[in-house]
Amino acid sequence: MEETEQFIMGDTACAEGAIACGCKFFAGYPITPATEVAERMAKRLPQVGGTYIQMEDEMASMAAILGASWGGLKSMTSTSGPGFSLMMENIGLGIIMEVPCVVVNVQRAGPSTGLPTLCAQGDMMQARWGSHGHYEIIALSASSPQELFDITIKAFNLSEKYRLPVLVLTDEVVGHMTEKVVIPPYDKIDVYPRRISTLPPEEYLPYVSDEDMVAPMVGVGEGYRIHSTGLTHDKRGYPVITAPVQKEMMDRLIYKIRNNVDDIVKYEEIEMADAEIVVIAYGISARPALKALEMARDRGIKCGMMKLITIWPFPEKRIKELAPQVRGFVVPEINYGQICLEVERCSAGKTEIVLVGHAGGAIFHPNEILEVISRL
Amino acid sequence: MKKQGIKELNGMPGKHPLSDLLRDDRMPHIWCPGCDIGTIFASCLTAIHESNIDYNDFAVISGIGCSGRAAGYVKLDSFHTTHGRAIPFATGLKIAKPKMKIIVFSGDGDLFTIGGNHFIHAARRNMDLTIICVNNFTYGMTGGQVASSTPFKARTSTTPNGNFERPFNLAYMAAAAGAAYVARWTTLHVRRLTNSILEAFNKKGFSFVEVISSCPTSFGRKNKLGPPLHIIQHFHKISVIKNSIHPKDANLDIEKEIVVGKFVDIERPTFFDLWEEIYPPIREKRGE
Repeated sequence: MEETEQFIMGDTACAEGAIACGCKFFAGYPITPATEVAERMAKRLPQVGGTYIQMEDEMASMAAILGASWGGLKSMTSTSGPGFSLMMENIGLGIIMEVPCVVVNVQRAGPSTGLPTLCAQGDMMQARWGSHGHYEIIALSASSPQELFDITIKAFNLSEKYRLPVLVLTDEVVGHMTEKVVIPPYDKIDVYPRRISTLPPEEYLPYVSDEDMVAPMVGVGEGYRIHSTGLTHDKRGYPVITAPVQKEMMDRLIYKIRNNVDDIVKYEEIEMADAEIVVIAYGISARPALKALEMARDRGIKCGMMKLITIWPFPEKRIKELAPQVRGFVVPEINYGQICLEVERCSAGKTEIVLVGHAGGAIFHPNEILEVISRL
Repeated sequence: MKKQGIKELNGMPGKHPLSDLLRDDRMPHIWCPGCDIGTIFASCLTAIHESNIDYNDFAVISGIGCSGRAAGYVKLDSFHTTHGRAIPFATGLKIAKPKMKIIVFSGDGDLFTIGGNHFIHAARRNMDLTIICVNNFTYGMTGGQVASSTPFKARTSTTPNGNFERPFNLAYMAAAAGAAYVARWTTLHVRRLTNSILEAFNKKGFSFVEVISSCPTSFGRKNKLGPPLHIIQHFHKISVIKNSIHPKDANLDIEKEIVVGKFVDIERPTFFDLWEEIYPPIREKRGE
């Protein structure tokens, strides 16, 4: 297969990314503006020997991808705000059972039904904390169809490497935007394979981890006769309802991510060498922010940009480094301040932080961001 | 793999006859004295034992509740999932592992109240799963609250004056939604129940076995049904076997009459049959 260039929608690019890295199962439920991901998967999966199933709701979709992933298939679902809320239940199950899978949220404006056909970035904190209990999650963000293609592959790889559901956060504008997407030959794509234990069944325990705190898996139906539960469990996978076992399990769920943030966290820096004012942006808002940066540079303002690719875990190390060195951070996002709170936390009062907020339903005009940059 | 025969093991001290299917390192179990889940669980394990299917080809999925704990006690690939979601989890696993026998073992509240929508859709798809439902008419684990299976006027902790809602007829609902196999027994119909579970394993498509069960601790006490043995003897006494009747006529009145039997045993194309029917032309068109 040759490298191809396709002129496709963001949602379609997301589905193509999944197919390109070997996704073989998709369970979903129609929802604007994520429906096109499901539609593409319904068409493409049978062509590559995979299965698309439309479930009765998003709780079932999420449960089905966990089951299929245990069965050995790379699995994905996609949704938007209302469906994302319903998926929270089994995202938690995926976290505690440690099941690799990918959940795409093409964000629309909420709360509730909100603006089904118009964009927002209001689910950033829900992605972080939406399921009950304390946990670590990985969430990636995309601001173009090409990035959606690339990041979907990256999400699958991280989910296999760290054994957890990985979230892909984009928004209605990126999802429905049509642009050129370069699709490399599939054999040139780096695919992180499932971590499979080589131990025989009598020695294998499902939650004994490797050095990086991630436990290798085994196949279902291969004689290992594993048990996995949503209850707090020990190394055998057996429920143990005590505080010490809760701590042992939680430490691993938390630190398998926290100890590996340098491997997980990715961002791009633009014009940062002499930057005094740094725009921290992600998703669709990174695009008008980039234009605002160019306009600010034209006016002689020393402006740079940090474009977030990994949202969770938050790239706090870099922001802590930058805070004492810059005059201010400008955070444009289509909500009333979510990632901005994280930037404030990491800056710890060492620089000025200005939120450029938006209620949703439209994207920023570069002038709105430029105006704030100019005032700082 | 070599299976141990039940008879061979019977004489051995300290070992359960089905111990090769039990995680005996997890005993004692959480079920109350007098609870019927153990009987149903044992019937299920006996059916697995007698099926002549390799144990490694089975997986057991449960939801939440007393019955949901079954997955944790069976020494097979087993998953204890979220409340009501055992069936969609099993659906995903079955699609990934179509040759495996996937058993969903759970309770009435889990499968039909919080999980009712998943149940009817899996039946509609004729997804190749075996569903074993412990119907004890209540939420046992949380102390006996009203469920969609609680009989009219029955007392529960959340219907202190008696249940003012009408319950589902689970067998009728399964049949109406498209199940290929539907049976109902009480926990004293042990041999018939075990045979039904065996038939359900061998049935292509969605098979459903409802087991009328006592919950002496919660439902029994609140409704003054007497000691555990008395309750199941009563259920057995008032039960009438009516095989092959239309499940809408399968009356379930725990005071007067419990209709039991095998109500549905039909051939219907499964999810996988229809998938194969629809998709080969696409593959052929593309020259694969």
